[in-house]
Amino acid sequence: MKQILDFNISNSLLNISFEGDYLLFSNDNAKGKVFALIKNNLQGIVLSAQALGKWDSTLLSFIFEIEKRARELSIPVRYNAFPDGLINLINLAFSVDRKPSPVDTGKAGLLESIGSWGVSVYHGIKSGLSFMGKTFNAVFRSMFGRVVMRSLDFAAVLEECGYKALPIVSLISFMVGLILAFVGAVQLKTFGAQIYVASLVTIGMTRIMGAIMTGIIMAGRTGASYAAVIGTMQVNEEIDALKTMGINQFDFLVLPRIIALSIAMPILTMWADFMGMLGGGFVGVVMLDIPLQKYWEMSVAAITLNNFFVGIFHGLIFGIVIAVCGCYYGISCGRNADAVGTSTTKAVVSAIVWMIVMTGFITLACEVLDI
Amino acid sequence: MMKNDVKIKAVGLKIGYGDFVLLKDADFVINKHDIFIIMGGSGCGKSSMLRVLTGLVKPLEGKIFVDDVDFLAADTITRNQIMQTSGILYQSGALFSSMTLAENIALPLQLYRNYSPEEIREIAALKLALVGLKGFEDYYPSEISGGMKKRAGLARALALDPDVVYFDEPSAGLDPVSSKLLDDLILDINHNLGTTIVIVTHELSSIFAVGNNSIFLDGETKSILARGNPKELLKNPPHEKVFQFLTRGGEKNA
Repeated sequence: MKQILDFNISNSLLNISFEGDYLLFSNDNAKGKVFALIKNNLQGIVLSAQALGKWDSTLLSFIFEIEKRARELSIPVRYNAFPDGLINLINLAFSVDRKPSPVDTGKAGLLESIGSWGVSVYHGIKSGLSFMGKTFNAVFRSMFGRVVMRSLDFAAVLEECGYKALPIVSLISFMVGLILAFVGAVQLKTFGAQIYVASLVTIGMTRIMGAIMTGIIMAGRTGASYAAVIGTMQVNEEIDALKTMGINQFDFLVLPRIIALSIAMPILTMWADFMGMLGGGFVGVVMLDIPLQKYWEMSVAAITLNNFFVGIFHGLIFGIVIAVCGCYYGISCGRNADAVGTSTTKAVVSAIVWMIVMTGFITLACEVLDI
Repeated sequence: MMKNDVKIKAVGLKIGYGDFVLLKDADFVINKHDIFIIMGGSGCGKSSMLRVLTGLVKPLEGKIFVDDVDFLAADTITRNQIMQTSGILYQSGALFSSMTLAENIALPLQLYRNYSPEEIREIAALKLALVGLKGFEDYYPSEISGGMKKRAGLARALALDPDVVYFDEPSAGLDPVSSKLLDDLILDINHNLGTTIVIVTHELSSIFAVGNNSIFLDGETKSILARGNPKELLKNPPHEKVFQFLTRGGEKNA
């Protein structure tokens, strides 16, 4: 049936009649004209639906808006021949017994924004330091065996962040070694010094690249997992259950993860160094025609204990950073699914940022100490 | 009432978060062996009250005495000792998903009792049998239904033979039969073990089936509007809101 919306004012009465089917009614122009007619000088509004066919929520919301505007101006509304269901729904929409609290939608000024940011930074630093303090306390107590940590949990966490991470660490490190070798070869070839590709890859991987690539992989893989697991425990009230059982959450959840990643990361870093060198070797031997024996000798000659241990130290620090960030954002997670997602994202991003910051500090320290 | 019949006494509790106050001047007494219901409409502060009673959240003001000991002012060791005499069943069961049901129940026993692993295993099996989960020792929480999770959570809450068991919305998300089974279990625990039970709920059927003492919290006035046996409150409601709540908005034969 064709949709006809007719409206006019006679004797200070606004007459609106609906004819035909009102499905997916979206005539903004007509709606605007009707709303414009609802003014203080009206004596009443009469809505007629003698020839109304099918209807849906779009008609309902239009009538609701008319009724709302009329009520605001204390104009009586009369319904003629409207379906009972439609009138009942309109009444239901106005029968809410509780008014919502006023929502502050005002835009904060510059000073207020800076102040709020300052307060949030202060609280962030405070809670971060508090977390670190409690973590150190747990680590310290663990040295004297005064912690509640299940060896089974520790083994499971170590397995998860240890050998299960080997395939992805291997693949990425191999590819990074390969890329380093390619990029280096392009430049070195111009001097006929492509043999030094072996030294370039070995030094690059052992000193920093192996640790950084492993750190980034583990931040995305394990750090995110820590935040998600602990955050979900928060949502499921498991952390509350721990607290009310008198179990220290730092002993039970944070400590095994920090110890496990502190053990796994240096080992994974060593493995990443090896795989990177293998990737470089693949390019050197297969594409640059460097004899395998020669490549191996150059690689071994480029390995220095300083570089090797600086890389391993990076791995250890990155392990602690990733575990702390994952656990911190997991424990401080809110109690809904969205909060778990946010915590996971924050855990990964902050772990990567802190890894870069720590790399800066370590590099500076190495420079000063001439390592 | 003799003084030593009092298990928990709340004095002048003010509960809220920051500047937002949920409840103020709340005084009430939970006697030993009571099945005490904390009821009220949604958002009135029932669950927050439970979090305060179990020490998860500090009240803005007031004191809580458990067996005449000031629970909130007590040192960590005393608080832990008090908490060891209470068990909590959370709304979701809050079982540790990485552990089997037996391991969940064994955890508090391993921490606070000097039992051998065999004894712990036997006690865990017994507690599971008491809640109707005999043979489910090696199941993980993800392998059982919602009602079973709650019963397993109750078995864990009972692990240390507590004096008080707190329940947070025990019937939430359960079908009527499972809900009735849980109510029966609560009555059994109360009758047979003499355990004091504190339940936060707004399920009328459970309130009348198990409760023998209660308080009614009102979110609007931020106060306790009524106290006493729920059945008595239904007969003589002291306030229109209490009547509306206990009769599902004035329904006959509620």
